Amino acid sequence: MRVPLSWLGEYVDLAPGTTPEDVHAALVSVGLEEEDIHRFEVSGPIVVGEVLEFVGEEQTNGKTINWCQVRVAPGDELAADGGPAVHGIICGAHNFAVGDKVVVTLPGASLPGPFPIAARKTYGHVSDGMIASARELGLGDEHDGILLLKNLGIDAPVGTDAIALLGLDDSAVEINVTPDRGYAFSIRGVAREYSHATGVPFRDPALALTVVAPVTRFPVTIDDQAPIRDRSGSSVFVTRVVRGVDPTRPTPAWMIARLGLVGVRSISLVVDITNYVMFELGQPLHGYDLDKLTGGIIVRRAVEGEKFTTLDAVTRTLSVEDLLITDESGPIGLAGVMGGASTEINSKTVNVLVEAANFDPVSIARSARRHKLPSEASKRFERGVDPRVAAVAAARVVQLLVDLAGGVADDLGSVYDTTTAPLPIVLPTGFVSGLIGLNYTGDEVRDALVEVGASLHDVGGVLHVTPPTWRPDLTDKWTLAEEVARIVGYDRIPSVLPVAPPGRGLTRTQTLRRTVAQTLAATGHTEVLTYPFVSERANNLFGVPVSPAQTDAGASAADAGAASAAPVLVAQMKVANPLDGEAPFLRTSMLPGLLQIAHRNRSRGLVDLAIYEQGLVFRPEAGVTYGTAVLPAGGARPSAEAEAALIAGIVPQPLLVGVVLVGNDVRHQPGLPAVAAGWQSALAAVQQVALATGVRIEVRQGRHPALHPGRTAELFVTVPAATSAASTVSVGFAGELLPTVADDYDLPAVVAVAEINLGLVFAQADGTRTVTPIRTMPAATQDLSLVVAVTVPAATLLAAVAEGAGDLLENIDLVDDYRGAGVEPGQKSLTFALRFRGEERTLTAAEASAARLAGVAVAAERFGATLRE
Amino acid sequence: MSVPSLPPEPTTPSDPVAAGASAAEPLISESAVNAAVVAALAAIAAAGTTVALKLVRSEHAGESSPLSKLNALMRSVPGKEKAAAGKLVGQARGTVTKALTAREDEIGTAEAAARLLAETVDVTAAASAWKAGARHPISLLSERAADVFVAMGWEVAEGPELESEWFNFDGLNFDEDHPARAMQDTFFVEPTDAHLVLRTQTSPVQLRALLSRELPVYVVAPGRVFRTDELDATHTPVFHQIEGIAIDKGLTMANLRGTLDHFVQALFGPEAKVRLRPNYFPFTEPSAELDVWHPTFKDGARWIEWGGCGMVHANVLRSAGIDPDVYSGFAFGVGVERAVMFRNDVKDMHDMVEGDIRFSQQYGMTV
Repeated sequence: MRVPLSWLGEYVDLAPGTTPEDVHAALVSVGLEEEDIHRFEVSGPIVVGEVLEFVGEEQTNGKTINWCQVRVAPGDELAADGGPAVHGIICGAHNFAVGDKVVVTLPGASLPGPFPIAARKTYGHVSDGMIASARELGLGDEHDGILLLKNLGIDAPVGTDAIALLGLDDSAVEINVTPDRGYAFSIRGVAREYSHATGVPFRDPALALTVVAPVTRFPVTIDDQAPIRDRSGSSVFVTRVVRGVDPTRPTPAWMIARLGLVGVRSISLVVDITNYVMFELGQPLHGYDLDKLTGGIIVRRAVEGEKFTTLDAVTRTLSVEDLLITDESGPIGLAGVMGGASTEINSKTVNVLVEAANFDPVSIARSARRHKLPSEASKRFERGVDPRVAAVAAARVVQLLVDLAGGVADDLGSVYDTTTAPLPIVLPTGFVSGLIGLNYTGDEVRDALVEVGASLHDVGGVLHVTPPTWRPDLTDKWTLAEEVARIVGYDRIPSVLPVAPPGRGLTRTQTLRRTVAQTLAATGHTEVLTYPFVSERANNLFGVPVSPAQTDAGASAADAGAASAAPVLVAQMKVANPLDGEAPFLRTSMLPGLLQIAHRNRSRGLVDLAIYEQGLVFRPEAGVTYGTAVLPAGGARPSAEAEAALIAGIVPQPLLVGVVLVGNDVRHQPGLPAVAAGWQSALAAVQQVALATGVRIEVRQGRHPALHPGRTAELFVTVPAATSAASTVSVGFAGELLPTVADDYDLPAVVAVAEINLGLVFAQADGTRTVTPIRTMPAATQDLSLVVAVTVPAATLLAAVAEGAGDLLENIDLVDDYRGAGVEPGQKSLTFALRFRGEERTLTAAEASAARLAGVAVAAERFGATLRE
Repeated sequence: MSVPSLPPEPTTPSDPVAAGASAAEPLISESAVNAAVVAALAAIAAAGTTVALKLVRSEHAGESSPLSKLNALMRSVPGKEKAAAGKLVGQARGTVTKALTAREDEIGTAEAAARLLAETVDVTAAASAWKAGARHPISLLSERAADVFVAMGWEVAEGPELESEWFNFDGLNFDEDHPARAMQDTFFVEPTDAHLVLRTQTSPVQLRALLSRELPVYVVAPGRVFRTDELDATHTPVFHQIEGIAIDKGLTMANLRGTLDHFVQALFGPEAKVRLRPNYFPFTEPSAELDVWHPTFKDGARWIEWGGCGMVHANVLRSAGIDPDVYSGFAFGVGVERAVMFRNDVKDMHDMVEGDIRFSQQYGMTV
């Protein structure tokens, strides 16, 4: 809402020198938000001039321009720019005659643009200024020739300051009006708020008018057969008639200027007046050409599919929820949204029917949304218009049509009003102080409520508060408490820190989440935050669970080709109104976003990357219907079934961490060769997560459609089962991308990735850790080399040795994987370092060796491992 | 270098064995012993390396050294002279051994020092297998903010990002036709009649907390939220909020201010100040806009609009089955991106969402 200061000053006294900034500050203090300041960007010597003579001069380009002598100061006085009283000015327009009064911008003046005016040589003359059009002055769109003052109904002496004359010295503050303050969409409402903020008295323009009831009834029928939410579409419908309007009368300059400042173009006097009164009082109005109406007015709901052409020449298909204004000819307006062309006011209209109605906020809001037609009128109706102001606004329009357009008020009209006075709200003594935490006096409470327009009644010592008709938002004692608090001032509210009951700190999951993030960062990974919007293709590629690897290498390669060619379809959620049409789906994996970010970094010359993100992914299960078709009403706890349905309808959103590594893990440095990032880097990140959470993550050879068939690890955690046998659950994967997939993301051939479902890992993080006693006897260390088939995973062999070696084995590490001379093709030699230790005494070499051989025996039995001496 | 004091110069340096043969002198003559000692000490002093000293030890203290040969004559020394001769040779051998040890230490120390000097490196050119990692400031500031509340006994609550409209709107007193519902530019998912939205605020967590916890409730909910705003210097469709809600008996708007005062001072510094301005939110009544002031904000000391707050609306309490005439409470929500912008002087939202590692790496592990 934009508020011209001159207009505001009609209802509250603005101290001399009050700036738009002052007005903003005052309005902000009572809850209106500061948006902007609007001014006519005109300055300098701009005066009324009179065309004394002009000569048309034909130019080589075929155009004729006029060399004009314009009087800009009376007699021999100096002009406002210090120049002579008569200026020679070049003018390209032809809509004027000798003797016409025009607006002359003299050298030194500045017009919107900014467009500085100076004497300049043109068409063989020195043009000493410019004769302005309305548009050049910022006073509307008219640019068909220069502005003639007679067209505005103005005559003023030569040399008069045109800026003040045309109201171009005014400025407006723009404020944001919150949805509860519909009344502040009017100068009337803002003036009231200004009064609240500053204490200056408010003169209500609605009280300044005498409303005369119509004598002859204009037939109006409200026939709402399909009320929305049990509320009739129209509760108030006032009509008034003015006859004999002179359609040639211009809109006064002051009105054009004010409308311009509030953001509305001047159209014609009658339309301008209805707009003007809407801004003044907040009541949307519509003017009909009475002579084009057929019979009386009927307000009804549209028939589903009914057609109506609005003023903007668009034919709209209506819904049964649309409220229509009709006459015997059919629809003439979409109530509260936009009128129709058939009864439109035009340059020939002499008899006007003014409509001032109150329409149901919900009905109007839905129509405006349905037809994508937000308007100044719908904006006001949606937030609630003072039902008492309709008749006043109609009277005000009548008054202006009489005063400015030469019309005659007719006694024909109608007043339909089914509204009742607002019900009083009981405000228990002490409630406001108790809620706000400030001891308001009884007077402070009463004065504040009276100031906002409420009427008060003392009923047995308890305050009954009847809110004013323009405050439909005041519905309970809490809303009244806010009024008291804001009128007295929020700055008076004291600061009292409440004491919460003892808390339990972060949950284990919350702590683990942080620990994982810190650990990955501390081990060289950089946290990024990506958008969760991806393409369907990306979800199909990355959103599938990893599968166990087939050990047959030939089959693996074939499957990999098939997987990337025809990805599995992954259940996923689609955004109905995405910002990016290329990525309308919600991620089922962290990797697509991270890969994009990896590409962006590399395109900026950052080639060595280790990035990670923790976040939620959206993983609907195929075939499950999510959400709820019906939502319980707010304001009451849903039934247990409804609440359960709401919770059950939420798509699973597990917490994942994704890691992407590209380029070098360790860069080349003096004495240190570069180490390229690869599958091992991804697994190192996985192990960091395992260490951070204290949950062992088991690594197995795996398969994933987006990953290198031979360089994919599937990750497992052990889940204690109800029975004695524990089972394992897959929690993610790690490895290298398929080179073709890497190429899709414009990344180099080797891209290491890992993704872990943290929720599944955290679930296995024990609350309390138990440990075994530390053995302090001397250790016996032995090495062990075993030859097995290359297909036997090292971790499996290690586990077998450990199992066989038994309790004396304290630690076992894989130290070498050798293939080549001395080892049969298809075989490998794995070397382990073993550390044995007794519990209570030093082990003999024989005891350690026996344990070692027991380990070998299990490895031999299970995998045919042979000892390599 | 420390050299033991030399014995008196022998008058005639000569072969002690040959000299011992002379009947005029004792079998082990003092001069012969002294000569051997002098020769040994000179050789010790002259030895400059551990290797050279080892040779000297062999020549002057070894089995075939002059002193060892003199010592071997002890067998032939007459009984009455044995004590004196033994003392003479013993002292001489002691002197030489002591000198050897001293010189050995000396050379060893010098050699070790030389070896260390030779190992000198350029400490400014250290190679490291460790990479520099970093947290994102949004995560760090969210955690920092949550910690302020956890320290007061509050707990941290969470909720889904793809949320039911009931938790995001209806239950929070956004009526289906409420203008505010259309005001928030919401991402819907298909099918839209399933009423699932990407939460536009962290406030649904309020409602979840109230439905699932015993009263009183004091929780904060940091999290990611979504609005259909195009990315520009100050907007992003995906951003982060921190929501707080406290429901107890007798909580007041003064408690809200007290909590916010403490929060901003903990987050921005002891000079930070809070200003509340009347505003409108469907889920609070009274409602307020929360402004923060701090002398070191970018562009100087000023008030910055940071979020919304107010007393939890009676209908929100009712939505959670709580009697608003028995319990009251307050809630607030602030933007994390915005806080990072004015607290840490980030000028463009792009830096926060593009994932350029240089951005996070400026923060490292602290915000």
